[in-house]
Amino acid sequence: MTAAMATAPERAATGPRVVLSARGLRRDFAGFVAVNNVDLDIAHGTIHALIGPNGAGKTTVFNLLTKFLAPTSGTITLLGKDITRTPPAKVARLGVVRSFQISAIFPHLSVLDNVRVALQRPGGLGVQFWRSVSALDALTPRAMELLEQVGLADARNRPAGDLSYGRKRVLEIATTLALDPKVLLLDEPMAGMGHEDVGTVSAIIRAAASDRAVLMVEHNLDVVADLCDWITVLQRGEILAAGDYATVSSDERVKVAYLGTDNG
Amino acid sequence: MTDLTLSRESAGAAGPLQWALLALAIAALLAAPFVVYPIFLMKILCFALFACAFNLLLGYTGLLSFGHATFFGGAAYFAAHAVKVWHWPPEAGILLGVAGAAVLGLVMGFFAIRRQGIYFAMITLALAQMFYFFCVQAPFTHGEDGIQGVPRGELLGFISLHEPLNMYYFVVAVFLIGVFAVWRIVNSPFGMILRSIRENEGRAVSLGYSVANYKLAAFVMSAALAGLAGALKAIVFQFATLTDVTWQMSGEVILMTLLGGIGTMIGPIVGATLVVALQNTLATSGFPVTIATGLIFMACVLVFRRGIVGEILARLPERHSKQ
Ligand SMILES: Nc1ncnc2c1ncn2[C@@H]1O[C@H](COP(=O)(O)OP(=O)(O)O)[C@@H](O)[C@H]1O
Ligand SMILES: [Mg+2]
Repeated sequence: MTAAMATAPERAATGPRVVLSARGLRRDFAGFVAVNNVDLDIAHGTIHALIGPNGAGKTTVFNLLTKFLAPTSGTITLLGKDITRTPPAKVARLGVVRSFQISAIFPHLSVLDNVRVALQRPGGLGVQFWRSVSALDALTPRAMELLEQVGLADARNRPAGDLSYGRKRVLEIATTLALDPKVLLLDEPMAGMGHEDVGTVSAIIRAAASDRAVLMVEHNLDVVADLCDWITVLQRGEILAAGDYATVSSDERVKVAYLGTDNG
Repeated sequence: MTDLTLSRESAGAAGPLQWALLALAIAALLAAPFVVYPIFLMKILCFALFACAFNLLLGYTGLLSFGHATFFGGAAYFAAHAVKVWHWPPEAGILLGVAGAAVLGLVMGFFAIRRQGIYFAMITLALAQMFYFFCVQAPFTHGEDGIQGVPRGELLGFISLHEPLNMYYFVVAVFLIGVFAVWRIVNSPFGMILRSIRENEGRAVSLGYSVANYKLAAFVMSAALAGLAGALKAIVFQFATLTDVTWQMSGEVILMTLLGGIGTMIGPIVGATLVVALQNTLATSGFPVTIATGLIFMACVLVFRRGIVGEILARLPERHSKQ
């Protein structure tokens, strides 16, 4: 644990530009400490994995970073600015955008509309109640560009709820990317996906990370090894280890706690 | 299924068939007073507009308000008072009613919007009851008597609304404007956000939408349009009474909307027409109205949850998939 606490600030000083960082993050649920003393630094241009057994507190960390839950204590800063008390929609507008463990799409809207909803806000189109919905046609080219990037252009007119599971996740990522976030938080983006989809999504995430910071929860260690520059291991709400894949995978405690339980 | 119907409806692509039906409906409205009593038609139109305004909130935003009588009845009092005591022209009285209802909506919405589901409904009910007791006590409402003998006055200073047909066509115009406003809001960029909030609130937040503000805006718009209906009713019937601010009135508009079909444009209009017609029939038969409405309510919940229009649309899958 001491090693983990030392690594995060150390890395902040020497590594690539840190965009989002957390210090001493803690969250209690009626006496139960779900997340305790978590330090994180998410850097621009990197993919950061958050791994750990089920119930370790990964989703809770996501909820804290995006302010869907208020931290019991600790601070969160975005580009040096304290956002610990900022409401969730504002955090999203500042550029920290998340996906959800259970895929979050608007099932009865078309695939195209799902993306357009995300594109709508910046131009102030969200509040225009007096205009026809055809005002959104101006966003279609950009939305189609995003859909083409993720290979969903052919499905643009289908209700999003009709897509296969894997394509729903891809749509969710495309919608998130529509906001051009500074920090992209992906909660198990590939869970339950077939091999082919995993490859597609990996490529999308890699491309997205070239110009932003990515934090992702992922159980598939092959994906983590292949994709992620930095790994933080969480266990019972606390950081067990942090470092690159080689460091973390050779850590004895990680082997026992995580690899041991998960891979038999 | 209802929602898919909705998504096509909301795509804003009204085909030639829809336009033809709309033209037919308007023609029927214009001809109707020569066949049916105008006063009965006007009552239907006022309640239909009320139900459409309510549906903006329930059907398109997913919020169940149990306090909409406040806006309907409150606006009726404001309009009646302005026209009778201050001698305002009817259109100004109606606008005051709309503005007053919007302010009441802002207050009620402010307190209710952060709560979910049944808690939201309970807060709106509690605040509506407070407004009811305010109306019982406040001198300008004249308590149990209400504001009686409101002159219909002259529209724009020269069209006498005491002339039944003038009054009727004015009501038709206001009704059409009100329904158009609901349709426009639902099929606007803003309406798109309301739909996404209803479909997945957390996702809307994560896309940066301050959901509470959107809900509050929808609440105020719904309140203002409900106020338009209430103020119009006060001018038509020339009185404003406590009946329109009771919780029963809030329940009635829920019933109309559910019966016709939530989340459809014409459902609330159909629902309001049936309920008003039923009340008129029962009023002469002696059968208790409350029992009848209770039975309808149960039928809605148990048998046809989509409402009449919703069920019909759901049974026309072919027509809709072609569009
Ligand atoms: N809203 C909540 N209320 C109470 N307990 C919660 C809540 N959210 C998460 N927890 C608990 O916190 C722990 C961590 O959960 P979570 O963050 O979802 O884990 P992970 O995503 O790593 O599987 C679990 O024991 C879970 O039961
Ligand atoms: Mg989780």
